[in-house]
Amino acid sequence: MAVAEKRIILKYADEPGYTPDITCYMKHGGYQMLKKALGMKPEDIGNEVADSGVRGRGGAGFPMGMKMRFLDRKSGKPVYLVCNADESEPGTFKDRQIIHKDPHQLIEGLMITAYAIQAAQAFIYIRGEMYQGARMLETAIEEARAKGFTGANIGGSNYSCEIVVHRGAGAYICGEETGLLESLEGKRPYPRIKPPFFPAVLGLYQCPTLVNNVETICNVKHIVDMGGKEYAKIGRPNNTGTRIWSVSGHVKRPGYYEFECGALTYGELIYDVCGGIRDGHKLKAVIPGGSSSKILRAGERFKGKNKDGSEFDWGIEDIPLDFDGPMAAGSMSGSGAVIVMDDSTDMVEAMANINAFYAHESCGQCTPCREGSLWLRKITSRMCAGGARVEDADLLKSVADQMAGRTICAFGEAASWPVQSFIAKFKDEFVAKAQQAGNASNASTGRGFRLIG
Amino acid sequence: MSLELKPETLKKIDAIIPKYPVMRSAVLPLLHLIQEEKGYICKSAIEWVADKLGLQPINVFEVVTFYPMFRQEPIGKIHIKVCRTLSCALAGSYQTRDILMEKLACAENGTSPYGQFTVEFVECLANCGKGPVVQVDETMHEGITPEKAAAFADEIKKQATAR
Ligand SMILES: Cc1cc2nc3c(=O)[nH]c(=O)nc-3n(C[C@H](O)[C@H](O)[C@H](O)COP(=O)(O)O)c2cc1C
Ligand code: SF4
Ligand code: FES
Repeated sequence: MAVAEKRIILKYADEPGYTPDITCYMKHGGYQMLKKALGMKPEDIGNEVADSGVRGRGGAGFPMGMKMRFLDRKSGKPVYLVCNADESEPGTFKDRQIIHKDPHQLIEGLMITAYAIQAAQAFIYIRGEMYQGARMLETAIEEARAKGFTGANIGGSNYSCEIVVHRGAGAYICGEETGLLESLEGKRPYPRIKPPFFPAVLGLYQCPTLVNNVETICNVKHIVDMGGKEYAKIGRPNNTGTRIWSVSGHVKRPGYYEFECGALTYGELIYDVCGGIRDGHKLKAVIPGGSSSKILRAGERFKGKNKDGSEFDWGIEDIPLDFDGPMAAGSMSGSGAVIVMDDSTDMVEAMANINAFYAHESCGQCTPCREGSLWLRKITSRMCAGGARVEDADLLKSVADQMAGRTICAFGEAASWPVQSFIAKFKDEFVAKAQQAGNASNASTGRGFRLIG
Repeated sequence: MSLELKPETLKKIDAIIPKYPVMRSAVLPLLHLIQEEKGYICKSAIEWVADKLGLQPINVFEVVTFYPMFRQEPIGKIHIKVCRTLSCALAGSYQTRDILMEKLACAENGTSPYGQFTVEFVECLANCGKGPVVQVDETMHEGITPEKAAAFADEIKKQATAR
């Protein structure tokens, strides 16, 4: 039997009759937590967030409370709050649900967080293609302003804060937080080098800045509601709260699902929650946390030691669905985007598809990333279209190895991890594909689709 | 630097700039507004934005050339963006794109002969569970499988004649 969803963030999102306007939101208890927060000392809210153990939902899983503490208070410069709504990691479609179905929850989370860090101003950086989402947020902000929940003297207090919705324009690298800040400053989104440009110290306009993902910020509302310690009881240690998983690919019921962290495994997610693999096919591989995370192969075993010294020996199906589970299996939960592939998938084409993404999206600042991502695309393209050499599988890995760890931002890793893991786990397919000269695209199975060209 | 903008656009521009602590931040929103009105960003628009925000034209030009959504040439009246990325590709987006291109007479990332349509491949549109996804101007359409693509193209053609 499938484990039941535990919906905290998406509690009302799909309830029949629930609408995104402020009247409906307030009928469901909306803005009560902002009122509660305004009665607390700002630093106490920070402490609750720290106690909750909530980790970032945007990709890196960094504890939010710690980031709040890192904010440079001594400089005396204004502090900014930036919500990362760029949602562009392939496979991810959770923030869209929140923005479209419950925008006021984000506004409330944002205003509580802004008050907690005494932000001078808050920004929502939303990807340019989300026209409707941007309009809905603008409307929600105006509704909230009319009720005194944003703008001047929020909730009758002496704290004031404006929210600006800032639209991107189609570049993936704007999701990287320092690239995002450059973009918000009206420039090309070239990520900044760290150190010294940690957002908490030298962020937006060189002022201390807190950058968090949409889902992370929504959690703050619930932390204020429950109290940090109570919130920390949800999930398991170091993996607190719920997470929204975006599942796509070859399952019968793709979609977004919110679960208590660690309450189920990847196997239960795929087979019970999502109805399993399409009929007539078997699982081949899973990308556990967005296209940047390392792929897991069906039948592969993941062995290691737990913190308590006990040993684990998992297949994909056994990996706990949380932050630490995929990490222990040598990958990561990233943005919570699970991409499932069945036996109709040509792994070289899948790789070529991913490589084309990173080649298109590299900002071009660092030579290893700019040139490397183009080479990765070139090599997998010729493996599929003809003209490849047998050594190309090794060459592919060698290019990826020379990118990771040698770049300004984590895009270098994001582009090389998929390659390293595909080659480690499916090398024979790459060698075979390279050997077939001028091979026709995906002749494989009935419903296998072309993934390239 | 002659750029004629509608009064509504100018009003929006003047409302947006003071929202930012630093004027330069308004480059992207201004470019979006101008592109919405004009269909693309021309050279005089770049100079106009630079002048408006106290920047050099190069500061605006480098933004226009970096971001995929900004363009310097007009495109078709109806802009069709098909998601190219993995989850949509696993659901058939390459075939969908090919069918749309053929039915709407567009070359790869190109515009149809009478300037009605542009079919473009774009990267992940953050709706991967409902692939293949196709965004027509500002509206998202889900599950446009290769089987449905031809009928979908006919719908778009009808929209074009209705305009
Ligand atoms: C190449 C790259 C792309 C990223 N894209 C996103 C994104 O689309 N959305 C997001 O929330 N975080 C993204 N991140 C992570 C952000 O840099 C940052 O860690 C995050 O916004 C912090 O928020 P969190 O702690 O709440 O997760 C990306 C990181 C990298 C390296
Ligand atoms: S790693 Fe790539 S995306 Fe990141 S700054 Fe360097 S070139 Fe740009
Ligand atoms: S892969 Fe197409 S919307 Fe994400």
